[in-house]
Amino acid sequence: MSDIPKELKYTTSHEWVRTEDDGSLTVGITEHAQGLLGDMVFVELPEVGDDFEAEQDCAVVESVKAASDIYCPIEGQVVAVNEELEDSPEQINVNAYHEGWIFRIQPVNASHIDNLMGADEYAELVESESH
Amino acid sequence: MSKRIVEQNADTLIFELSDQTRRSTSLAPDIDVNEVCLELPDHLQRKKTLELPQVGELQVLRHYTRLSQKNFSIDTHFYPLGSCTMKYNPRVCNTLAQLPGFTSRHPMAHASMSQGVMSCLFDLQTMLKEATGMKQVSLTPMAGAQGEFAGVAMIRAYHDNNNDTQRSEIIVPDAAHGTNPATAVMCGYKVKEIPTNEHGDIDIEALEKIIGPQTAGIMLTNPSTLGVFERKIKLIADMIHKAGGLLYYDGANLNAILGKVKPGDMGFDVIHMNLHKTFSTPHGGGGPGSGPIGVSERLQPFVPVPIVGHSDKKGYYWITEEELPLSIGRLSAWMGNVGILLRAYIYALLLGRDGMERVADFATLNANYLLKRLMAADFEMAFPERRASHEFILTLRKEMKEYGTSAMDFAKRLLDYGFHAPTTYFPLLVPECFLIEPTETESRADLDAFVETLIKIREEAEQSPDLLKGAPFELPVRRLDDVKAARELDLNFYYSEA
Amino acid sequence: MPYIPHTPNEVKEMLRVIGADSINDLFDEIPQELRTDISAIPLGKSEMAVQRQLSEKSNIDGTPLCFAGGGAYEHHIPAALWQVATRGEFYSAYTPYQAEASQGTLQVIYEFQSMIASLMAMDVSNASLYDGASGLAEAVLMAVRANRKAKSKRILMPKSVSPVYRQVVETIVKNQGITLDLIDFELTTGSMDPLSVKNQFNNDEAFAALVIPQPNYFGSLEEVHQLTDWAHEQGGLVITQVNPIAMSLLEAPGNWGKNGADIAVGEAQPLGIPLSSGGPYIGFIACKQKLVRQLPGRIVGRTVDLDGKPGFSLTLQAREQHIRRSKATSNICTNQGLMATAVTMYLSFLGTDGMQKVAASCVANTQKLMALLEESSVIQFPFGKTVFHEFVVALDVPVELVLERLAEEDIVGGINLCLQQTNQQAADEHKNHLLICVTETKTEEELQFFSNTLINICSDISSQSSSEGEQK
Repeated sequence: MSDIPKELKYTTSHEWVRTEDDGSLTVGITEHAQGLLGDMVFVELPEVGDDFEAEQDCAVVESVKAASDIYCPIEGQVVAVNEELEDSPEQINVNAYHEGWIFRIQPVNASHIDNLMGADEYAELVESESH
Repeated sequence: MSKRIVEQNADTLIFELSDQTRRSTSLAPDIDVNEVCLELPDHLQRKKTLELPQVGELQVLRHYTRLSQKNFSIDTHFYPLGSCTMKYNPRVCNTLAQLPGFTSRHPMAHASMSQGVMSCLFDLQTMLKEATGMKQVSLTPMAGAQGEFAGVAMIRAYHDNNNDTQRSEIIVPDAAHGTNPATAVMCGYKVKEIPTNEHGDIDIEALEKIIGPQTAGIMLTNPSTLGVFERKIKLIADMIHKAGGLLYYDGANLNAILGKVKPGDMGFDVIHMNLHKTFSTPHGGGGPGSGPIGVSERLQPFVPVPIVGHSDKKGYYWITEEELPLSIGRLSAWMGNVGILLRAYIYALLLGRDGMERVADFATLNANYLLKRLMAADFEMAFPERRASHEFILTLRKEMKEYGTSAMDFAKRLLDYGFHAPTTYFPLLVPECFLIEPTETESRADLDAFVETLIKIREEAEQSPDLLKGAPFELPVRRLDDVKAARELDLNFYYSEA
Repeated sequence: MPYIPHTPNEVKEMLRVIGADSINDLFDEIPQELRTDISAIPLGKSEMAVQRQLSEKSNIDGTPLCFAGGGAYEHHIPAALWQVATRGEFYSAYTPYQAEASQGTLQVIYEFQSMIASLMAMDVSNASLYDGASGLAEAVLMAVRANRKAKSKRILMPKSVSPVYRQVVETIVKNQGITLDLIDFELTTGSMDPLSVKNQFNNDEAFAALVIPQPNYFGSLEEVHQLTDWAHEQGGLVITQVNPIAMSLLEAPGNWGKNGADIAVGEAQPLGIPLSSGGPYIGFIACKQKLVRQLPGRIVGRTVDLDGKPGFSLTLQAREQHIRRSKATSNICTNQGLMATAVTMYLSFLGTDGMQKVAASCVANTQKLMALLEESSVIQFPFGKTVFHEFVVALDVPVELVLERLAEEDIVGGINLCLQQTNQQAADEHKNHLLICVTETKTEEELQFFSNTLINICSDISSQSSSEGEQK
């Protein structure tokens, strides 16, 4: 079973979401997702200032095997992107939950985060998909 | 391929043989370039130097001859690449397509100077119509993917012309080739995937649920990409037609049914053919292909132009937008890959109807023979209870589980034994799979040798799996670092990102 | 049986292994009512009979003296080229999925990409596209994807781009909501005037890209530096559609204006590929490094193998249809591999020096023919004579008649521009316009012969029609 930190929220499309002190949300892909995709070779980041709706595709992570869309977990505006990934996309493989973060949004309505899954629920999803 | 020859030429690029001060070519006219340049406006002339290789003619010839020796090809190896129909490309097709009257004809030459080539194209149209049961054929698409584009664009033009604009979805089986969904999107449609059942047939119940007034059409291959004939094709056609949608036939597997069944009779409205598969035009290391389309009566007004017409008064002439104002338009500057169409025409003349029927006969015989022999050797088939069409799927999941060796490892080890690998990991539905298509031009002896080799490799997998995981050992290079290739892009000798 | 090696005994034995009585039994899963035959197709013929038939067809068309261009150009092809390119190992191999068994093809494509990028002064090139026209369509799709800032699906398309190229682009991009806004050319030069482009489009709504041809369809030269800088100032990308032979003398797209064009496409047929009625040809597409992930089609990269030895493989495949399916950059899979092989060899045989001499010889021969034609009063040069290897003449008689008469003399005299147009207004703009091309293949005698014949035919038709007029 891959690492699924308790304090984070999760989406069905395998993004993780962390609420920061300033109320913004940091988004990345889970340890489980990076394992499935394999060695990352490129990340296409959104631009700061872009607005996205919930479940809209806003970034692309590309491994040798596949290119996969990253969906915005809840509606919001991009306030920061992890530019380090442009030169070293492998950070997603190395540490998906920290150095491998992808972008940060300011949510339109912070309470929407309650629509996302908790760690236990996500663990069940991963379990069910592996069968 | 001789390892010694390859190693002499190990890593040399043509650029590394170059010296910009070398002047040895007799291939260009002798002329004072600087003097001529006075005729061109100074500010539009090339200021930065151009660096193309300056190499002697023999050295160039030797460089590329040696590079060719690093390839596997049909002419040198058994090449059972599923879905690609790697059969013998008769040499005479190439020789005759290169006759001077054909190669020197400018595409804009007056029709009165082009009756020879136009008559060939007209005859090819006629033969393809008969072989597929379609009402009209347009030869212009330059590859299968372009034929697909033309086909779906015609479906859209048809609905638009009927003011039936709420149709927004194209249905595609989950086992379909990736070009199908990509094409539907290029034509402005949404893609709806339908599942396949455990026998490799389309799940009719699932299909029923997603068909509706929003359905523009369905894209199918038959025999399917799973190597089996879709038995309920007439029912599927009726369901789609009843809902007002149209049926698109992907001709990737036409080799399996040539002369036996016609897509037109199955109820398809539009098809594309891959002439580089069924009609044996060369694959050329990845093109040029040729993907003519055929249509039923209702799509006739929309075919891409030009096509060749004939009348007693005019002889052969080009049918263009003037006669077909509803045409989806042009896909190439002129008439598509005429040189490839000629090769297909020559092949069709050589085979005739008797030869075409034999294509399906022996492609199917070879596939079913190979399937049964591999089953007898305890290899697992994806659909063991089904007849193979011209190809079939073998899964190596047992070997993966027991020995930790993947389909890719088997594929690479096959290369060491002088066999090109079958298609791996397609279709995506079957784990650790090989899609194997022997084609009709392979002899029984070669099929037997292939079976023996796979058995031997499985023994290696059991006893020394590293032999597979490290393979190939006998080729010019060993397994390549794809991660490095994608992370540190090196696509141009003259340019590096750093 | 042609191409089928099985003996009767082998067939029997194979059927026994399968457990079937006859080959026909192998088709038993196909519903009986669908079984059919193809009786309207004639029976097969021997190689000798087919050879005779095809030789006759080829002889009907012959090998006329050709002065037509318009996107398809006659050049000398080195004798060695197709002998090597049609070696079985190139001719009968497939797309290099198994890299270790395809290093020949892969290295050739890497060299092709390098040479095309060098010729275009761009950073990267792909492994080829179908042809120049569909290549331009792919470039338009690529520009719309890449220019996210402009948030526009509008393309500025000059009328000095080949009308058939424009039709192909229209066919391929129209279902994706992309619009092509036409830019006029100046009636005295046949090329765009940067000042009037500015006046027409400045501060207009945003556009994704401007297309610039060089030389353009009429053979005329565009003010590429000014146009490139203007488009960039407006937030648009620059797509260039260029003739690769001309790029050995004319400034290459990567060096246009302050920052260079963004995407260069064109038809590489002039580089070693015979006219062949229009195909198979080969499109090329090159771009700046920052756009590489938007490039459609196959791309080959250099990497290393398990032992650290250099080798080549397909790369950036995650963008392609077989993996990304409905989200792929394009539906293209196979391209024009064999043609790319031929182009790579052509550029290697000719080299920088040879390419420049071919280009210079085209320019010199074109100037010679224009000088000869200028002596006649019936022939005008509406767009002037600052051209690469093609030019437009205005005749005082119908072009269609002239081309028919030239055909009787076994000459392909050029392209009737009026017939190429899709609407009446454009057709009127090109009334009696003939587009003529001259390459290095023409001798002094041929130029003189063509000039005399063309002038005589024009005078002849003109005097016939005036005498017919008098009779009425």
